[in-house]
Amino acid sequence: MGEIVLQTFGLTKAFRGFVAVNNVDLAVRRGTIHALIGPNGAGKTTVFNLLTKFHQPSAGRIVYDGIDITGERPAATARRGLVRSFQISATFAQMTARENVRVALQRAQGLAFHFWRSERALDALDDRALALLADVGLADFAEVRAADLPYGRKRTLELATTLALDPRMLLLDEPTQGMATEDVDRIKALIKRIAANRTILMVEHNMSVVADISDTITVLQRGEILAEGPYHIVAEVPAVRAAYMGGGHG
Amino acid sequence: MSSTLRLFWLFVAAAILVPFFPQIVYPIFMMKVLCYGLFACAFNLLLGYTGLVSFAHAAFLGSAGYVTGALMIRHADRIGTEVAILAGVATAAAIGAVIGGLAIRRKGIYFAMITLALSQIVYFLAVQFRWTGGEDGLQGIPRGRLFGLVDLTSDNAIYGFTLVVFVAGFLLVHRIIHSPFGQILRAIRDNEPRAISLGYDTDRFKLLAFVLSAAVAGLAGALKALVFQLVSLNDVSLHTSTEVVLMTLLGGLGTIWGPLVGAALVVGLQNYLATLGDMVTIVIGLIFIVCVSFFRLGLVGEFLRLRKSA
Repeated sequence: MGEIVLQTFGLTKAFRGFVAVNNVDLAVRRGTIHALIGPNGAGKTTVFNLLTKFHQPSAGRIVYDGIDITGERPAATARRGLVRSFQISATFAQMTARENVRVALQRAQGLAFHFWRSERALDALDDRALALLADVGLADFAEVRAADLPYGRKRTLELATTLALDPRMLLLDEPTQGMATEDVDRIKALIKRIAANRTILMVEHNMSVVADISDTITVLQRGEILAEGPYHIVAEVPAVRAAYMGGGHG
Repeated sequence: MSSTLRLFWLFVAAAILVPFFPQIVYPIFMMKVLCYGLFACAFNLLLGYTGLVSFAHAAFLGSAGYVTGALMIRHADRIGTEVAILAGVATAAAIGAVIGGLAIRRKGIYFAMITLALSQIVYFLAVQFRWTGGEDGLQGIPRGRLFGLVDLTSDNAIYGFTLVVFVAGFLLVHRIIHSPFGQILRAIRDNEPRAISLGYDTDRFKLLAFVLSAAVAGLAGALKALVFQLVSLNDVSLHTSTEVVLMTLLGGLGTIWGPLVGAALVVGLQNYLATLGDMVTIVIGLIFIVCVSFFRLGLVGEFLRLRKSA
């Protein structure tokens, strides 16, 4: 196991008195797939929003790659290579799949503020955009508007867009939510593959996905860590079985 | 060249012929359409392509008109018309930076309300300042000489000049929309949190779009002040801010042509139905209701949709 790449110390978030996340110490090791599980309302998505700076923590610190990012703006954190996906598929609906991926590629190109330049300057990115789409099996959908893609394909497009940034760490919020079985298997294989040289932290409800591909599992309940470890250990913790796995998930 | 631009040059060619056939279209009417068309294009850049609703656009149109007009009245013998126009545009852009900078911290209806409140301050200043002429506004603004050489006093000269400035402004907006920057604006319009998660500081993009839109609106205002040789409080009023919303929606939000068609329609109705007096407002209101009920994409938007499905 590698060194710790993302760590939180006493991470806490309260919304008007309701404590959604309470004193969470999370440590994600480099190069692993780390799953965050727990029943609805356990605070998983809030932890994601805190880690990616979409919410400001009420207390606690977040350290990414040795740098304290607790007070950083979300776009700045994303530029560090810590990139998230969203629970509800997040694509640019009116743009084609190719254009979606290009928006991500454009950032490194450094032309984002060039309002006087022709968009033909972006053609240079098309080859890479198409390669990324082909890589996730969307080659035939390059010129389809994101809004017209079937749900599973939208989520795949979202992954391709995220990968276009070549992030060192991905935070995936329920990547297989609402997908048919064959789509789940495809996404599972894809996550496994992109994890080869990256760190992945994912919120996931589908226990077969969690069991198959994650190295470490953190179980959250009512905003606090209930258990942590590899699947075979976590699955045996009585409190976890009672709180979550015994509840018929799977 | 895209089909949009081909159509545009066709329109320009037709516009060049207007002064030769004043019995068909009055050149003065055409110039009014061009001024408001450019104004609506600027507004469309913000609402149609960035997704921001501004009720401050009259402040940009009017402030640029006042600055250009005041400069021409006092210094027409010393400065070229282009200097007065640039000063007007710079003023609009600066006011845009202030209003945009404050409003962009909020979203949706709160954004719109802040732009409305701040534009009311600009209106108040226009009433209070002495150099704006208060209730009287500025009248008899000289058109001056372009670069100190070309006399813009004659009707044909100002018509040609208006057309050239309109073409430049229209092409600038077209370029902004079809630029790398424009792509990011579309992304922000479609899904702002996602754009942030890709590492874009969306507030900075929205602010630049706001300032660019204010500057082009200011260009339209400066031009209008020279064409009609008049700037009044109406130019900075809320009425003008809502009128540009109307023009843009009637023509087709987020289409290149929509704002121009919408401006021509509204200006045309105001002109040709002028005999109805205040009834014009009711007629335009009814048209607007029909439009948002049955042609929600606007005239150009619906046309494009029909052509696509055919």
